[in-house]
Amino acid sequence: MLEEKASSTPKPREITTRPRVSDKIFRAVIFTGALSSLVILAAIAIFLGARGFEILAREGLSFVTGYEWYSSINADGTSGDDPSVYGIGAMLIGTIVIAFIAIAIGVPISIAAALYLNFYAPNIIRGFLVGVIDLMAAFPSILFGLWGFNILMPSGEYWAKLLHKYLGWIPLFDVSTPFFSRSPFIAGLVLSIMIIPIVTSIAREVFSQTPLDRIQAAYALGATKWTMIRAVVLPFGYSGVVGGAMLGLGRAMGETVAVFTVLNIVFQANFQILLGAGGNVASMIILKFGEASAEEIKALMAAGLMLFLLTLIVNMLADLLVSRTVKQGR
Amino acid sequence: MSTNTIATPKPKKPWRPTPKALIPTYLGILATILGTWILIEFTGLAGKLGAFASAVFLTTLISSLIAGLQRGKQAAKNAAVAAIITSGALVAVFPVVSILGTVIARGVKGIYLGFFTTDMGLASVNDPLNVGGILHAIVGTALMIVIATLVSVPLGISTAIYLTEIKGPGTRLIRFLIQAMSGVPSIVAGLFIYSALISGSGRGFNGLFGAFALAILMLPTVARTAEEVLLLIAQDLREAGLALGATQWRTVAMVVVPAAKSGLITAVILGVARIAGETAPLLFTTGGGDVTNLNPVDGVMGSIPFAIWKALISGSEESNARAWASILVLLVLVMVLFFSARRLGKVRR
Repeated sequence: MLEEKASSTPKPREITTRPRVSDKIFRAVIFTGALSSLVILAAIAIFLGARGFEILAREGLSFVTGYEWYSSINADGTSGDDPSVYGIGAMLIGTIVIAFIAIAIGVPISIAAALYLNFYAPNIIRGFLVGVIDLMAAFPSILFGLWGFNILMPSGEYWAKLLHKYLGWIPLFDVSTPFFSRSPFIAGLVLSIMIIPIVTSIAREVFSQTPLDRIQAAYALGATKWTMIRAVVLPFGYSGVVGGAMLGLGRAMGETVAVFTVLNIVFQANFQILLGAGGNVASMIILKFGEASAEEIKALMAAGLMLFLLTLIVNMLADLLVSRTVKQGR
Repeated sequence: MSTNTIATPKPKKPWRPTPKALIPTYLGILATILGTWILIEFTGLAGKLGAFASAVFLTTLISSLIAGLQRGKQAAKNAAVAAIITSGALVAVFPVVSILGTVIARGVKGIYLGFFTTDMGLASVNDPLNVGGILHAIVGTALMIVIATLVSVPLGISTAIYLTEIKGPGTRLIRFLIQAMSGVPSIVAGLFIYSALISGSGRGFNGLFGAFALAILMLPTVARTAEEVLLLIAQDLREAGLALGATQWRTVAMVVVPAAKSGLITAVILGVARIAGETAPLLFTTGGGDVTNLNPVDGVMGSIPFAIWKALISGSEESNARAWASILVLLVLVMVLFFSARRLGKVRR
């Protein structure tokens, strides 16, 4: 027995990278969890699409381009005489106008803040300011809405009047009736403050990736701080900052509660941004949801789908731009 | 005691500007203050904006003038840009100061002890401030946060583990989707839950559905933060675990995750802070009751954001004061979460 064992050569052990059963289970479980984002995003598109399909099929392209939103069926089921018409064109234009006002105001401020934090601020102030701006990102949107309505709106109205008085000859700042309260300009102002923390933190990260040797090379060539920033930091961070601005744009397009609180929602395409009438898809959904009939709910679902797709595309583009710059620096 | 004391020379700081060199700076500051006062007093500029704008304008002008006279054109430009960038940073921070000040000043008026122990079931919006409270909202928000955490944390952390530990097929796609998901508007999450679970099914609003909608918003925050945390864990630890003969799941479960524990808790806290104040999704899913409801699967459930929303919409003076008081409670909650997350995050590094 003993002899036999000694003489036999041990069976060669197989070396393999094949995972064991326990690892296979582990990987399967984790993979299932990781798929949740895919599943949820797909489910959002499918469910909103399925509920809104009837309206989308009936209205066709005019759902996006039409300016009229009229439901002939009342909440109690009785039907009016005219057929229902659903078009979110005016609201889509309003969404885009307000979001662009927000980034036109918010992005320059954010870039200045990011440059200050990276290149100008003393260490103690930097830590403190970064904390303050991060805290601002955690503020809920209803807080911005309430603050914007009570505190910012009176000042915003005054600024709007100033703009109208001195720049009224530009069509953008003209108003047909002197009604400055609850305008797209004020909604954009509130949103610009809401996007400052996001855009600032992304711009800060992008700027901090600037290769140090290039910065030092600029200084060695006799650059002042500003010429260094203009020649090195801004060209390097350009696409990353554009991506950050687009992330801000995406957030501004999807914002609901803060816009609803300060904006006077009117179904018309309004390019006079100082006039107190405008729209936004998200706040329109909130406005109509309360007393909507079953058919109108379907139309609201379709509007939600459009909003979802719009923000998804903007965010994906933004993400591509940001990750390209950040990777390039590393 | 030794007698020969070494005379230590006083450290010198030759880079410090001499008092004489500082004279133009002081004069400049004086001129700016004076100039701002003159501008406000004698021109049409008014209000805080006017004061701020003229101060920025004069600071820029005078600091670049001084730098220009001393060191030429490039220095003048440099000083002007520095002044503009610094004021930009001030503008970015100003809203936080204003928001905190307003909420605290207006919120404390509505706070009394009963505010936390009674609900709005028997109180109407026009009742005086010492009747009714937001107990129902606090209970509802707490319950929904717990459920949303239970749903989204396992999913979020397993996403992060997949992205950092397994790195299997689709890693890049999943990372991309998580980023995209974090940009989904909160109203869409609410509409989705409404369309999938409530609309046409005969089921009513309840807290569970609200929690599901919140979980959708919480998931990307948890996953992204957790991924960053796991990436910080040294590769050596993983290799050490494998070299001891551990399988991958034991390495992850007993080495990597314990090492990243405080960071993962930070991720969860940041996720909770993200959803604590979400309003739009709850408007489509919870119904927003006024009575304390402990059962998340049956009946409408209140929440702090919804209570603020209701008070805001009804518009009476008392309800406005209630809205400010509720938002103070919400703000305190968010800030406690935020600062504890930062605290934990610092310990980790």
